[in-house]
Order: sequence, then C-alpha cells, then structure tokens
Amino acid sequence: MSSRNEILASLRRGLRRGAASEAQQEAVRQRLQHHPRTLIPARGQQPGEARVELFIRMAREAAAEVVVLASIEQLPAAVAQTLASEGERELVVADDERLAALDWNTPDGPIRCHRRVARVGDRASLTPAFAGIAETGTLLLYSRPESPTSLNFLPDTHLVLLRREDLVGVYEEGWDRLRAVCGERLPRSVNLITGPSRSADIEQKLQLGAHGPRRLVIYLVG
Amino acid sequence: MQIKSPEFKQNARRALHDANLQRALGNLKAGFPGKRAAAIARLPEFEQLRQQARELKEHILQHLDLYLEAFEARVIENGGQVHWCRTSEEARQTILRICQEQNAKTVTKGKSMVTEEIDLNQFLQENGIRPVETDLGEYILQLRGDHPSHIIAPAIHLNLDDVAHTFHHRHQRPRLNDPAALLAEAREMLRQQFVAADVGITGANFLVAETGSSIIVTNEGNGDLTQLLPNTHIVVASIEKVVPTLEDMTLFLRLLARSATGQEFSVYNTLSTGGRRPGERDGPEHFHVVLVDNGRSEMVGTEFQEMLRCIRCSACMNHCPVYGAVGGHSYGWVYPGPMGSVLTPQLIGLERAALLPNASTLCGQCEAVCPVGIALPKLMRHWREREFERHLTPRAARWGLGGWAFFATRPRLYRLLSAGASWCLRRLGGKKGRLRSVLLAGGWTDHRDLPTPSGRPFMQQWRSRQRQEHTP
Repeated sequence: MSSRNEILASLRRGLRRGAASEAQQEAVRQRLQHHPRTLIPARGQQPGEARVELFIRMAREAAAEVVVLASIEQLPAAVAQTLASEGERELVVADDERLAALDWNTPDGPIRCHRRVARVGDRASLTPAFAGIAETGTLLLYSRPESPTSLNFLPDTHLVLLRREDLVGVYEEGWDRLRAVCGERLPRSVNLITGPSRSADIEQKLQLGAHGPRRLVIYLVG
Repeated sequence: MQIKSPEFKQNARRALHDANLQRALGNLKAGFPGKRAAAIARLPEFEQLRQQARELKEHILQHLDLYLEAFEARVIENGGQVHWCRTSEEARQTILRICQEQNAKTVTKGKSMVTEEIDLNQFLQENGIRPVETDLGEYILQLRGDHPSHIIAPAIHLNLDDVAHTFHHRHQRPRLNDPAALLAEAREMLRQQFVAADVGITGANFLVAETGSSIIVTNEGNGDLTQLLPNTHIVVASIEKVVPTLEDMTLFLRLLARSATGQEFSVYNTLSTGGRRPGERDGPEHFHVVLVDNGRSEMVGTEFQEMLRCIRCSACMNHCPVYGAVGGHSYGWVYPGPMGSVLTPQLIGLERAALLPNASTLCGQCEAVCPVGIALPKLMRHWREREFERHLTPRAARWGLGGWAFFATRPRLYRLLSAGASWCLRRLGGKKGRLRSVLLAGGWTDHRDLPTPSGRPFMQQWRSRQRQEHTP
C-alpha cells in the first residue's frame, strides 16, 4: 500500500469509519465551494472616511509610511522626494499602464524607471497594490507578468501605489475581489504585506529591515 | 538531532544554574505575555474567534482525509506535486530525491519546525547538499551548530554577546555589538545565498484545500526570498495543517500573530500556489508539497486528537512557569513547553519522553492562553496515566502513588492521618507558620520554606459549620 493510502487509512481508522459518508462529502464540497465567512471583527467594517483613517493609522503603527495624494499625477514628484532622501534616482517598476503613462521628469530631476524583475542590489521598487485592507493596514499584492513578486521583496525600499477605491475593510473583501479577478485559480504568489521587514531574534529587541525591504512607503491616491 | 529528553532533570538543573540562559529567558518573560495581552485587549471578538477556531479545527479533523484529498487535487491542477510521507525517513528521502533531480548543491531554508522534526539539515549535509538557514535566529544557530529552543523565537536562549561573538568568528569581520548592525551583517551575508540556491525549502503555517496553496507567516521576508528565488520550492508540512478555505485560514490568521508575538498581523503572509505561470519572469518553476504524518494520524480518535488543533503560536510556552525557568533545550528535543510535552511522547515514544508531561505544575496558564483551546494540562495527565499503566513510572513514585491511593480510598483513615499530620506541622511551625526543613521534603525545602497548615482541616471546618447551620 502506498504511503498516501496508509495515511488516509490510518486517519479513517481513527475516525472509526471507512470512506466518508455522502453527507460528509457533501458538507466538505459545500464548504469548499461556498467558503462561508467566519466571524468578522467589527473594527474593519467601517464606511468611507473612517475606513481610510483606520488603514492609515494601522499601516503607520506597523512602521509603514503613508503619503496621501490627491491624484496619480502627483505620484512622480512624491516618489522623487522619497528617493531623494535616499540619494537615489533609479527605480524598478511594475509593468503597469497607469505608471507608464506618468511623466517621470520631476522638478527634482528625471527618475529612471526599469521594467524588469528585481535583482540583488536594487535600491527601490514601485508596484501597484491590488487592495489595501484597513483592518490591519495591510497591502494585498499578487504575482503576474506585469508585477513580478521579486519587486516586493528584494529592493531596500518598496514603494506602493494604492488607489483609494481599492481600499477595503477586511481580508474577506480582499479574497472576494481576488476571486473576481483571477477566477478559481489563485495567482502563483499572493502577498499580504503589513509594514517593512523586521526581526526580534536578538534579545527580543525589534529591529526594522531584516531580509525584506527596510522601508515601505504607501502612496494613497485619489 | 540527538534526543535528550530522558535527561530532562539534569538538563533543567544545569539550566537553572546557567546565568546567561536565565538572563536571556528574562527577555522572553518581559516581552511576549504583555504584548499578547495588549493585542487581545484591542480585539473585543477574540474570545468568540477562539471558540470558532476550536470548532472549525474539530470539523477539519473529522474530515481530514477529505480535505487532504481536496488539497492534493488542487495542487496537481496547479502543476505542483504532493508527496505523502509516513515517517521522517520517508520525508527526508523524498526531499533528497527532489533536490537531486535538480542537481542541487545548495538549498535555502525558511524557518520550519517540521524540518527540525525530521532532522533534515544533517541528512542533506551527509548527502552533499548544503542547507542554509535564512531566518536570523536559525542562521545564528546554524553558525553555532545549535538548535532552536523556542518554536517562533529560536535563539531566545542567546544574548547579544553570544551573537556578536559568533558573527565575529564565523564571518571573520570586526566585532559588532549592536543588534541593528548584526542584523545588517546577516542580511548582507545571506543576499547572495538567496540567489545562488537551487532549491528553497519552507514550512507552512496552513495549507488551503480550496486553492491548493501553502501560506507562510513571517516578519523578516527571508521565507519569501527562499520560496521566490530558487528554481524549485519545496513546502514541508504536517498533515494537520490543512484548512478548508481562504476564509477559514483568515480566522486562524486573526488569532495567530496576536497569540504569538502580540502583533496585529505579521509583516508577510504569503500564499504560494503552484509554480511559475506563463509570462512570469520570476518565481520557482517547480512546486512540491511534502506532507508529513509521523504518527499524527494515529492521534485521531484518541484522547490526544485535540493536540492536532495546535497552530504553533507558542503562547503556551511563553506563559509556562516551567519553560520560563528551564528554557526550551531542557526538554531535549524539537518541541518544548506544554505543547511539546504533549506532542513529543507521540513523536519519539513515551519511553523517552515520559519526564516531559511530568514537568508541569498543571497551573493551567497554557490552556488559558491557547487560541484553539487545547486542554494541555488534561493531555499531560493522560500521558502520566499511560506512563503509569505501562510501568514506566519510577519505582519510588509508584510506591508513593500506591501508598497515597491506599489512604485516599479509605476516607476515615485518610482524615485521621491528615488531621494528625496537620496538627504536627502546625506545632513544629510555631508562630512563624513555616518550616525550613522537613524530613523527606528536601525537594521543596532546599529552595524555599514550607508553609504550615494555618488552621483546622477542611473536613473538620465543614462539619462544624454544618452543625452551626443546623442549630437554631
């Protein structure tokens, strides 16, 4: 008997049954198909401005920087300012139409945008978020040819564009949006990101900037 | 990893006299419990979530075969492979075979307790493959030839000095004494390793049956680089990690970080579903899931089934007075603290682990903080019963228990003797109400005074009160 069958048989022995009954199989099918929600805390379920404020507060609490912009046209100047503080002009960007349409010749000088995967040594990247989750100030991003996952993890500074209309209250809304866009098959990598990387492995003293980005800047636009 | 659980007593004695370790354990006690309490105070629904999580886990365990099959089907649909492994040996061989198929020389590793359980690193090394731990704590331990002493804070037993010394010697660099600088040095040393690795191995906090995904919950980002950059990603996970849907996973995620580090949410919660898709320019080509049983399926349907609810948050050990006093290495194997004291006898055999479920005061803190409500003290008592039934209990303890049972089943005799003993102790204790030494009680009085009974025995008081109530 294969190990697979041995393990399944051992489980069924423990459960004191053979193959599951039709009712049990149906219960499992139903749960997988309809993915019912469990209790959702009230905190994230707030309308309009309260939700935006919650997102900003929670993201900042997690040591992310949040820059509020009225329109996407203001993004290049805001990015230039962030990069100037790092003495940087190079940017690895996601292959996104909205970003490509912008004028990257900013008052602080031109920003050179590279549309490729990230490499060791890259200082900064810019990617659009698929959604923001107010509950914990979390960003939801996913992998696709236009937005390689390495941009989210390798560079020292991760810049993220988040449109106000993509801000949801709770994780469950994020899953529903993801299902709507991607169908039944999840993208290869789905990233929930809350603040820059950190470690407390030395004497339980929290240090920001472990192996992922040292800085996370969210431009909340619209 | 060598099993040192049978030497628990010696380990504990050494640990209690190790000033460095005691200082390090102080960091644990000063940190985790307070942070957890603060996080939970901010989430009024925590208790309800906990109840739901407990019920959901029971539902999953009742249908575990079905959810595992559903998970497997989705992984395969997404182009991945699932390998079912009955034992540690089978899991090691499977992982080695996958690595060899890729001609792997180096593998990077994200933090994973199950790969400690199956003793993967040493095995890979013996077979010419170099494993590189990338979690900061695990990296420090690997440089020292050491093992984790805590399931989420692996290097909690070390102090800044230890890390500074290790990096200075192993990196051949000037000595740094600042945690931030040491972290930066580790980041720099590991950058190239991430890119150079042929295979990345991670654990999984959960496996999602609905989507065929694994999820890792981390703060450093090392796990993400581990599973992203090499050409092959191997997920190693034990069978009870499967949850039905993304919504169900979310329920556990709301409990996990708060119970573990007291964070609202960990920095990176990353789902991996299959290998690289058409048009993608990064991510692994190959995606493997190695499912490890290792005796867990035999816990289903027994009194230990509820241990399979564990989500490895570490709250039980963070609140355990015994763990806090002796540290994780005293337990002598992979899983320390209360959850380890219940799981270890199942995984390595009660003969070798019998001391662990006895290393508890049964104070109940672990159960009180467990996010899935595992009755850890009850389970430790079950192991003690099995130990007694299988005649593994030491002779002196058996005699003691036998003697106690003799009196306990003869209430009149018991009351007479306990009243007599209580009277004697009260006399000996005098006005101070405590004794500095008592015959046969050196285990207690060597370290503290024994308080003497302060009044008449309970049964006497009860009877006289009953009499008072009945006399008008």
